Amino acid sequence: MMRRLWIALTFVVFALLLGAPVVRIAAGAWDDGWSGFAGGIARPEALHALLMTGIIVVIVTLVNTLFGVMLALYLVRANWLGPQLKRILNSVVDLPFAVSPVIGGLMIVLLLGPDTVIGSLLNKAGVDIVYALPGMVIATLFVTFPLVIREVMPVLQEIGSQQEEAAQLLGAYPWTIFWRVTWPSIRWSVVYGVVLTVARTLGEFGAVLVVSGNILFKTQTATTLVYQDVENFNLTAANAVALVLAACSVVLLLFMEWAKSRKER
Amino acid sequence: MHVEVRGLNKKFGEFHAVKDVEFTIETGQLIGLLGPSGGGKTSILRMLAGLETPDTGDIVFHGKRVNDLPPQERGIGFVFQNYALFKHMTVTENISFGLEVKKWPKAKIRERVAELVELTGLSGFEKRYPHQLSGGQRQRVAFARALAPEPQLLLLDEPFAAIDAKIRHELRSWLREMIDRLGITSIFVTHDQDEAIEVADQIMIINQGRLEQKGTPWEIYKDPKTPFVASFIGESTVIEDIGKLRGFADAAAMPGTKGLIRPEYVEVGKANEFTLLSATETGTVSHIHFRGSEWLVEIKIGDIKLVTYRSLEKPVLHPGEEVHVLVHRAYLFNDNDSWVTENKLKVDPLPVHI
Repeated sequence: MMRRLWIALTFVVFALLLGAPVVRIAAGAWDDGWSGFAGGIARPEALHALLMTGIIVVIVTLVNTLFGVMLALYLVRANWLGPQLKRILNSVVDLPFAVSPVIGGLMIVLLLGPDTVIGSLLNKAGVDIVYALPGMVIATLFVTFPLVIREVMPVLQEIGSQQEEAAQLLGAYPWTIFWRVTWPSIRWSVVYGVVLTVARTLGEFGAVLVVSGNILFKTQTATTLVYQDVENFNLTAANAVALVLAACSVVLLLFMEWAKSRKER
Repeated sequence: MHVEVRGLNKKFGEFHAVKDVEFTIETGQLIGLLGPSGGGKTSILRMLAGLETPDTGDIVFHGKRVNDLPPQERGIGFVFQNYALFKHMTVTENISFGLEVKKWPKAKIRERVAELVELTGLSGFEKRYPHQLSGGQRQRVAFARALAPEPQLLLLDEPFAAIDAKIRHELRSWLREMIDRLGITSIFVTHDQDEAIEVADQIMIINQGRLEQKGTPWEIYKDPKTPFVASFIGESTVIEDIGKLRGFADAAAMPGTKGLIRPEYVEVGKANEFTLLSATETGTVSHIHFRGSEWLVEIKIGDIKLVTYRSLEKPVLHPGEEVHVLVHRAYLFNDNDSWVTENKLKVDPLPVHI
């Protein structure tokens, strides 16, 4: 009897925490019917914000996947790094998990902002970092940095280096070894890490808000637009954009489950 | 392949894994690297393969120094302890990997793979993945994969360690036969002395990074050069004050000299079983154990304990019984030297010529 009560309570908590907001967003987006939803999405600023989010997702995912896999390989395989240095690098990788995204964004502003040495030099060269796309990409990279690495590293550790050594003794050089021996073992972990990165990038708010300055038609992303719409009591439009983001997340979640089942094989 | 190693040293941090190892291997020989775990055997093998870089020393194949040659160029087949098969590739794909990498023509690859599948008795399993094979089959795939590119030297790291005791025996003779047929120079690492004695032409005993002795199994058994080799090969009991035993009184003159006695050096029985009673000690049977084809007898002579085997054909001994013990020989050693010595009293002091 007690057990059933606890189970029921758990479900209620879950429903209130996770289910209710989604339902509320969906309902809110349809407050004014289809035209309200379409209107919220079709606004030029909404389209621009979604495009910005899309660009950031593509760049961050590409960069993160490439360097995430490479760093995971080095952290696990490269013996020339020495155990001490490896341990330090290993904990540095987790830094973004420990630091609040807002602080991460702030660090970028303090390092590369227009008032800093590097920032003003780059500005003279015609490159803006902070309050522009590059800064937002860097901030998002910072936040999502550990995701691919933390997925790939345990798999690399588990499969060990013997298959790679065997390939080496059979005459294969590093590039061939990576594609023919290592990659088939880690690819589903990489896919899983990429999905996590995309999801995190779609929803990133704090770090992006700090570095972007949330400038309409310039550096506004989907999440910061939702924030601004809410501030302006434009709730239907906010709900419409939020619903698009939520729908992306649901698709990603389903894909993630599928990738996970492949990974465990 | 003719292999020569000179002054090989390797340190891992503070740990001196391989110390001044030197040896030569003639073409076509099967060598067993034998020694306790963590003694440096695998490090030597990995340096030969090029997977580790020696700190000092030369590795010479066919008169050519290969230290700076990457593993890809050394022409070595390597069988790993856990086989390290490519787990996402079928048996065929595993075997052909080395040939594809070396850009063999397709038709030739197919021919070679078929030949190796036949040779290793894997016909019918070509399409299977490693996880669908038994331990013995995996080992044979690893063997076929290592042999595919026609290496001149085959290295095997504990090739039988991961296999059931029953199949291990079968695989041992299979491997021996296979290597004989191919005539390929091979080195295998093992910590199991039976395996080394049974399979190898020559054994190298490695302990704490040093090469203690190299020789045929019989040489090593008969004439161990160091106390470690003597105690590692075969069964043995170390006797602290060997001088007290009848026939070995000379040893008492050299303080610090200990004796090592194997069960097969010792004969035990009733008085009427010996022709030269003067060379025997009297002791008591402390335990007997039935060992399937013989008795294992534990004897006490004063405070010296000895172990020996006794034929089932002879009268059965009982614990507590008084018996005569003849120690034929002992392996004596002290800090400076070691040698085998025969029982001095075994030679009849008053030979009667008829």
